[in-house]
Amino acid sequence: MMRRRFFGSLVAIAAMASLMGGCTKKSGETGTDGGASAAGGSEFLIGEYGSFTGSEATFGQSTSKGLKMAIEEKNKAGGIKGKQIKLISLDDQGKAEEAAAAVTRLITQNKVQAVIGEVASSRSLAAAPIAQQHKVPMISPSSTNPKVTEIGDYVFRVCFIDPFQGTVMAKFASENLKAKKVAILRDVKSDYSVGLADFFSKKFKELGGEITNDVSYQSGEMDFKGQLTQIKGAKPDAIYVPGYYTEVGLIARQARSLGITVPLMGGDGWDSSKLSEIGGPAINGSYFSNHYTTESTDPVVVDFIKRFKERHNETPDGLAALGYDAGKILFEAAERATDLTGPAIREQLAKTRDFVGVTGKISIDAQRNANKPAVVVKVDGTTNRYVTTISP
Amino acid sequence: MPSPSTPSKMFQKSLVTPVAAMAVLAGLGYVIDVTANQYVQLIFLYICVNTILALSLNLVNGFTGQFSIGHAGFMAVGAYVSAWLSMHAHPMLLSGQLEFLNYILYAAAGGTFAALAGWFVGLPSLRLRGDYLAIVTLGFGEIIRVILLNTEAVGGARGMFGIPSPGDFMTKFLLATFWVMITFLTLWRLVHSVHGRAFLSVREDEIAAQAMGIDTTKVKVRAFVISSFFAGVAGSIFAHAAQYLNPSTFTFTKSVDAIIMVVLGGLGSLTGSVFAAIIVTILPEFVLRPLQEYTGVDLRMVIYSLALILFMIARPAGIFGTRELPDLFKRKAQ
Repeated sequence: MMRRRFFGSLVAIAAMASLMGGCTKKSGETGTDGGASAAGGSEFLIGEYGSFTGSEATFGQSTSKGLKMAIEEKNKAGGIKGKQIKLISLDDQGKAEEAAAAVTRLITQNKVQAVIGEVASSRSLAAAPIAQQHKVPMISPSSTNPKVTEIGDYVFRVCFIDPFQGTVMAKFASENLKAKKVAILRDVKSDYSVGLADFFSKKFKELGGEITNDVSYQSGEMDFKGQLTQIKGAKPDAIYVPGYYTEVGLIARQARSLGITVPLMGGDGWDSSKLSEIGGPAINGSYFSNHYTTESTDPVVVDFIKRFKERHNETPDGLAALGYDAGKILFEAAERATDLTGPAIREQLAKTRDFVGVTGKISIDAQRNANKPAVVVKVDGTTNRYVTTISP
Repeated sequence: MPSPSTPSKMFQKSLVTPVAAMAVLAGLGYVIDVTANQYVQLIFLYICVNTILALSLNLVNGFTGQFSIGHAGFMAVGAYVSAWLSMHAHPMLLSGQLEFLNYILYAAAGGTFAALAGWFVGLPSLRLRGDYLAIVTLGFGEIIRVILLNTEAVGGARGMFGIPSPGDFMTKFLLATFWVMITFLTLWRLVHSVHGRAFLSVREDEIAAQAMGIDTTKVKVRAFVISSFFAGVAGSIFAHAAQYLNPSTFTFTKSVDAIIMVVLGGLGSLTGSVFAAIIVTILPEFVLRPLQEYTGVDLRMVIYSLALILFMIARPAGIFGTRELPDLFKRKAQ
């Protein structure tokens, strides 16, 4: 009896499962239909995946705002080869496995012709092999880890890479701040932070500086007093904290409350309006390297900021600017391409030279990385004051 | 039912169910392979992973009545061991047509390491009860993640990429369902055996169980080690399906996901865990993603959480309670 019932149950499970198989088959078909009409029809379909929810939500949302603005402008101007651009945005909750699922969905179900994303390098690394495998060009707006574009010839980026950002800040610390001793406080959980810290350390030592401490924390932590006390004992001239804005804000507060007065320095992970909200006055007077500055007098930038403010009633951060540039570079390549297929667009993307973007003059090099200058800004309340531009 | 006359006949009879079920699942795999796109295929592989994860956790949380919240840690051990072996131990094993069989070995190795970890954690901590065990398992899960984060050999925070896969979808799906079957049958046979009764007695009343001559610590460790083994297997399948591993996947949230599946399906119901794993995997992907695309508003996680809350209010004991799917048929027959 027992066994027969058990067998019955398994058959029932299998029946249920195959029923669902039937359902998904249907959705798969509709997906194909949509893709087919898009490829030959009136729309140029692009996909975006990003962290619209989760602890790095502002990154995904900012990028998306910039990208959507680029798309609307291009559509108003007649689209690409007479086709309107349609964007499909999927949330990955800031999780690597979700990013892989989202990109697989964009490519195989929605049949997008190009993919834009992600901000964080670890998520880009999870998704890039999928784009590469299907020969769909992927442009990461702001993944700075060198490994991302090494995945394959369909993976591009419009931002500079970690070595450059670390090197820039080391140069800045040594030449502009005249710092001799710097402490590093890195986020071991983030490859981004580790990359920046390593390259900073290397360059700074080359320039004759000394790294007093190299201590670590993990994103998600709240209390950094232990590490900061250790740093305070070494009396550095500055502290390099290449982390993300949430922890950096807290670190700044705790550093000041411990009586550490030297400036903090960081990378583009600081770039969020939340930084001054979390850090308060404690973060003022600190420096970070960034992709662009809102204080620029370059007409391209001034114009971009004006239009962005009209739409969203807020000042665009670097990620919004990069999302905008990623979109623009893709559209320009698509316009030049012989047809709107992955390989054709890829070929033109690789030929991008001296593209005048909001984040500077961008050329795509042989490793599909962007060759462009970086700016260093100083935090002053909610605005970031432009300090200097450092070219590669 | 006439009792089978010889042991060999009994053995033959016991093979009927798994072989038939495997055939049905293989047929399903073929249908998906031909008709569905890669995204749908990936989600079906995730269903297999989650099913194994939920089934294995049910043994500890459901049948033995302990509360483990570090399941993601064991999954991570299995995933990383399996991925590492597939990248480094490759030349020593089979090649050519039979290459995919290696992946059974990788999964078994991943499972074994996870089981060892389970034994290592379980032996001292399972003398504790309830909340204390929960804290220890939570701590263990975090320790594993932090170790992985700081191990450059497996990529550290960057993650491990370029993990080989057994082959096309059909191969992956057959390997995954093979392990689902193994897990389900092992646990089914186990909980219906004398050992299973021991698990249940520990859940119902530990002191009474002890009075009946059951070594409760031994029983708990046994459940924990078996559960860890299959969590490791689930990790291995996940590693070769996603082909990318990052320590951030195996956070506390992943453990909670597994607990949600077990509680939703019913603590102490294996078929319930299977159903819950299917629902929990499909709901955010096949139902809520299209919804998000049509409406343009991202309420995916809000609706998902709301659905879970409503589910638990409507059926506090889970979909199946402690009953199994066949029990429902038995009722109808009466």
